[in-house]
Amino acid sequence: MRGFIFVLLLFNIVFFSGTNKLKGQIPEQNQTCLKCHTSQTFTLYNDWTEREEKRLMNPLYILDTLQLAMGVHSSFNCIDCHSMDYETYPHNGELKLEPMMTCIDCHGGDETYASWKFDEIQEEFHKSVHYELYGDQFSCSKCHSQHYYRPVATVSSSLQEIVRADNSMCLSCHDNMARYQLVSDTANLQVVQIHEWLPNQELHFNRVRCIECHTEVQDSLLVSHNIMRKEEATRNCVECHSENSMLQASLYRYQNLQARTDQNGFLAALSAGNSDLSDEYYVIGASRIPYLNLIYAIIFFATLGGIAIHTIFRILKK
Amino acid sequence: MGTGEKLYLYPVWLRIWHGINALCIIALIISGISLHYSGRTFFLLDFQSAITVHNIAGFVLSISYFLFFFGNLFTKNGKYYRVKIKGLDKRLLKQINYYVFGMFKGEESPFPVSEKRKFNPLQKYAYIFIMYVFMPLLIITGFALFFPEIIIEQIFQISGIMFTAVLHGIIGFFVFVFLLVHLYVASMGKSPGENYKSIITGWHS
Repeated sequence: MRGFIFVLLLFNIVFFSGTNKLKGQIPEQNQTCLKCHTSQTFTLYNDWTEREEKRLMNPLYILDTLQLAMGVHSSFNCIDCHSMDYETYPHNGELKLEPMMTCIDCHGGDETYASWKFDEIQEEFHKSVHYELYGDQFSCSKCHSQHYYRPVATVSSSLQEIVRADNSMCLSCHDNMARYQLVSDTANLQVVQIHEWLPNQELHFNRVRCIECHTEVQDSLLVSHNIMRKEEATRNCVECHSENSMLQASLYRYQNLQARTDQNGFLAALSAGNSDLSDEYYVIGASRIPYLNLIYAIIFFATLGGIAIHTIFRILKK
Repeated sequence: MGTGEKLYLYPVWLRIWHGINALCIIALIISGISLHYSGRTFFLLDFQSAITVHNIAGFVLSISYFLFFFGNLFTKNGKYYRVKIKGLDKRLLKQINYYVFGMFKGEESPFPVSEKRKFNPLQKYAYIFIMYVFMPLLIITGFALFFPEIIIEQIFQISGIMFTAVLHGIIGFFVFVFLLVHLYVASMGKSPGENYKSIITGWHS
């Protein structure tokens, strides 16, 4: 029995200390907001009926605290971005019409965030089809959730995680009619049909990011934000499937991945010339192993040489 | 089945298979090299054509392989592929010695072609290795690369697809080298063109 209690205590320490730690990352001031905004229901006093009423929370306003705690803005107070008037409950309905803070309001022109190049990103974004068609209505938050955003591409050592996180931003609208219709009247999304020309479509969708074909590689930015019109997206396979694969300047560019490849990559040791390409993926035409190519060349020319010498002897001894 | 000095060694089904196999292998080598070194201008096929050619030729080759496999299983042609381990090293050395020295001294072939023995030992074991080890491996890895979702995600920290593709490439390269040697050795008949004629007519002289 004592053993059981000990295990129970240990379980409690391991799991609940973790929860507390996670909870600790979200400021205490936010707990009042999260009390309702993590719940399926909320209670308010209805002045008309003069009684307390329990209502269903709009699912769009329910937050995932786990994701929130892992996001880059986890230490922020809700009212850092939302109006201070939200501290009054029930909230004033007109607050919804108040313009929200935008990313650039904090990140623009600030030396603290210079390395993230927000101003350059905004310049690039202004050239994109998203801005061209929808102007300022197409805010950063259409793709980057302010609540949950994590810089996956720069911190993750898993290529698959980077691809999934990136493509989920595109698909959150391009594969979601409700969100898509926030900016477009198009009734049919047809993501799969439009990409039918792409061989091994599923594999491409899972292994490379949409932006690989839908943006031009930007040397100064880790992620190009100039999303091009679909007519301008590349259909030239060789841009990725070649020795000078464009992927080396985009998807495989992250130092965190290269460091991982350098440390653990078995084939990376062999592929000295192409160390930017990860062991994790094979790309036809781009994944070369120079030493293997050298061995191929030696065997090929030795075979031809042997045949030539043998032929000469056959002719001479005829 | 011999008529005079001539031997009927290559039945129709075998010649049809051999012709299909040869065309597919050539198409696969050209398209395979074009894919492996894509982006370089000196290769014959552009990327998309190379993909199409490689896929079609790969499927046809796989189907024709079964013609060879079952043809050897159910006809007497299979007897030429039976492995005899005893004295194999001596037989192989004898044949190598003939190719390297003997034939230039005017010696007779140590294992002349007969109805009972279509291949010399080197030929026989090269064919056995190519047809019963390399070809199945090529077909299996090729099939896996055509349906990459069936490949294991990681094998010892290496991408399963990478592993399969590299293996496919290495085996494909050795089949290419085999083809070069095969074509050259075939020129060592009574006259340089004799064996090429045989595989078309079926008659060996």
